[in-house]
Amino acid sequence: MISTAQRLVNLEDLHHAMRQGRDLLYPSQPKIMVGTATCGLAAGAEEVLHAVREEVANSQLPYQVTETGCIGWCSQEPLLDICIPGRPRVTYGRMKPGRAREIVRAIPEVKREWALAMMPGDENTLNGAHVNYCVPHNGHMDGLTAYKDLPLFKRQLRIVLRNCGIINPDSLEEYIARGGYHALWHALRKHTPEEILNEVKRSGLRGRGGAGFPTGMKWQAVRDAQGEPKYVICNADEGDPGAYMDRGVLEGDPHSVLEGMTIGGYAMGAHQGVIYVREEYPLAVMRMKQAIRQAEDAGLLGQSIFDSGFSFEIRVVKGAGAFVCGEETALIRSIEGKVGEPQQRPPYPAQHGLWGKPTCINNVESWANIAVIVQRGGDWFSQIGTAKSKGTKVFSLVGNIENTALIEVPMGTTLAEIVYEIGGGIPNARACKAVQTGGPSGGCIPADKFDLPVDYDSLNQAGSIMGSGGMIVMDDHTCMVDIARYFLEFLEDESCGKCFTCRVGTQRLKEIVTRISQGEGEEEDLDLLQDLGWLVREGSLCGLGQTAPNPVLSTLRYFRGEYMAHIRDRRCPAHRCRELITFEIDPVLCNGCGACVQICSGKAILGEKKKPHIITQAQCTKCGACLEMCKFDAVLVH
Amino acid sequence: MVHITMNGLAVEAERGSSLLEVARFYNFPIPTLCHEDGLNSYGACRLCLVEIGEAPKSKLVAACGYRVEEGMKVRTNSLRVQRARRLLLELYVATCPQSKRIQDLASEYGVRQCRYPVDGQPGAPWDPKTNCIQCGLCVRICAEQMMAGAIGFAGRGKSRHVARPFGMASEQCRQCGACLYACPVCELRCQASTAESLLCNGCLNFSPVCFQSYSDAMCFLEPCHACELSGPFRHEIGIKAHAPHDAGQKAAPSTGELK
Repeated sequence: MISTAQRLVNLEDLHHAMRQGRDLLYPSQPKIMVGTATCGLAAGAEEVLHAVREEVANSQLPYQVTETGCIGWCSQEPLLDICIPGRPRVTYGRMKPGRAREIVRAIPEVKREWALAMMPGDENTLNGAHVNYCVPHNGHMDGLTAYKDLPLFKRQLRIVLRNCGIINPDSLEEYIARGGYHALWHALRKHTPEEILNEVKRSGLRGRGGAGFPTGMKWQAVRDAQGEPKYVICNADEGDPGAYMDRGVLEGDPHSVLEGMTIGGYAMGAHQGVIYVREEYPLAVMRMKQAIRQAEDAGLLGQSIFDSGFSFEIRVVKGAGAFVCGEETALIRSIEGKVGEPQQRPPYPAQHGLWGKPTCINNVESWANIAVIVQRGGDWFSQIGTAKSKGTKVFSLVGNIENTALIEVPMGTTLAEIVYEIGGGIPNARACKAVQTGGPSGGCIPADKFDLPVDYDSLNQAGSIMGSGGMIVMDDHTCMVDIARYFLEFLEDESCGKCFTCRVGTQRLKEIVTRISQGEGEEEDLDLLQDLGWLVREGSLCGLGQTAPNPVLSTLRYFRGEYMAHIRDRRCPAHRCRELITFEIDPVLCNGCGACVQICSGKAILGEKKKPHIITQAQCTKCGACLEMCKFDAVLVH
Repeated sequence: MVHITMNGLAVEAERGSSLLEVARFYNFPIPTLCHEDGLNSYGACRLCLVEIGEAPKSKLVAACGYRVEEGMKVRTNSLRVQRARRLLLELYVATCPQSKRIQDLASEYGVRQCRYPVDGQPGAPWDPKTNCIQCGLCVRICAEQMMAGAIGFAGRGKSRHVARPFGMASEQCRQCGACLYACPVCELRCQASTAESLLCNGCLNFSPVCFQSYSDAMCFLEPCHACELSGPFRHEIGIKAHAPHDAGQKAAPSTGELK
């Protein structure tokens, strides 16, 4: 990590920093990179990094060891990359400290074992969404697939994630080397605020937080609003279960958010910015704070940036992790130190926001798009995507999917392409049942609707929402009633509780769905779910409540038969709802190995060795551990 | 002045006034539970929902906090509003069946069934843990009128409740009783023949109706609305003595989406 305390004032300074960054990105000595975003760390990247550092230090090798963000290949974490001059960058997956040491020792030879892919030449930009200022080492290696040919990356177009997993997030120079802060320089020195605003309008960018409000219109409203000072807020209160798009950007490319916000501030006439991050993202908070310090030292934040006379400062505010604080009015109250409860809109934050002043709130992903839009032009951006949804969208692809990944695809990519091509399909040769998009506010889209293009309007019509980008894939062992119950449980806790429909409505919805999942439901309950769902959607104050019934309503719409099976036949077709299933051991298939006896926490399985075992139903907690343990398929579920 | 259309009527309203104020000024009834003049609007009870805009983009908003805008179209009693109100009151009855005010509103707006199970007996004493509707009137009157701020909301979602700081007696509390005064639901419902049933207006199904046979067992304050409905006004509103249990539900569409 090198930090120049020099102030960047003009384009020459920027070019100088770029050269420094290029030397860091592609040094003349071998370089080893370890992906240390939260996803990598959780998989053990810290041990790998430690082992690599130790190996390099012990052998006194002249190699550089750096950290990098998440390239999105989550199923293969921890990832290790080596860049040897004259050769393509090679990525290794599922690293362990021992293996990492072997790879380091093998340098300058490139070890083929455990290698996943290579990144030759200018593919470093991953599909060229980015002006490539940086010419990396060229070269090719037989027998290794290039990133651009991998199914996971082939269809991706990485604008927001342009630098994630490529640069060292702690290095300002590396960000600049990949074209960073050039957009800011152009905006401040070559364009008027109106021109920037028009460029954003022309791009057709819509808010990436989920609702899809046109960003340009929002900016115009803030610019036109009366009141000083104006504020710019980055909403990084990401809380959907299974979603980590914002975290990926904050941890992998913090400067892209700062640059976007500064350009936004310039366009709207704001001089102060706030990044609202949840406390649960300690690494993101740390990296953002460090990036702000670096930008301030380099004069990219603060007084008269690039000698343009425009001043801008950004601070980080940590949220306590309430889901509802992702709602903009609740978020503002949280920053003000009040209880995070939504307020009636209008007045909208654009007129009456933080401290009662005009405020622009955009999601992390929206901000990360801005620099590229300014650099490449709104027209270029608007060519990507569909008629009404422009650009790309980042998704976290999780659940029953082969390639768990953080991906970025052009709007309009179909669900089938995402699940089967990028995601690699469902593990264990199971059938895909549905995809849940948009988190607790979204809905489930069944597999027979997978030709649906992913954009704001198509997803809305299908009863779901784009949301911030969580995408949970579910196989045929998933019970949709159970899924609805899970999300309602989440929502009844996370509803702020201010308005009656949302607080009591989610509780009652959960009560009814729980009753159904326990086999105690009646057919009239489905009408009641429809009625109550309608009320909660129509009558709630904020976006959380208005979308809270979506998990129930969408599963009811597409999987009514499954609800009916629970009600009429008292049966759970997916064998998930504990009250409706029984575990038994087939006396013919059971060879009495005793593995299930060991794992059973309720001590419900009895039997002598080498003789068929029996499950005592009264003691069975129906956890399913025996089912997973049995190698002879002797445990049956009814 | 701002010009708006309310229920098809062109009306004038003062700039900055809320839809609720305008509607009440022109005598369009809108029920509320969390609104009191003199306190900031809160928008928690959702009973004051009105429909604004034009189909297909019309939406329901809480009238108490929504300021009038030039040219806006408001409907205070559309089918959509009626349906929302009825479903809301059904939910309210299930939350706090003891309250006379809620029972009265339920009778008035035609709630004739309550499909939710209720914890405990409807006749059981009022329990703030389960029966509080969290309208926030007590919290606001304490802070805004009594300048004390001795109580507030604690917790979130299903565990949200009105509480004193740290659950201890507060020095800020002067025991003025304004919170009790403001509470819309701690007034007991009619204790007559149908006190065990969830809906007070269950007596509409009896003949003779309760107030004829239990004339001394009335509500202790004012006659309950159900009694009024079953009394001299019953012919006017067309409820028969042996009204089917869900007469009100059938009168207005309750299933299918109203757009």
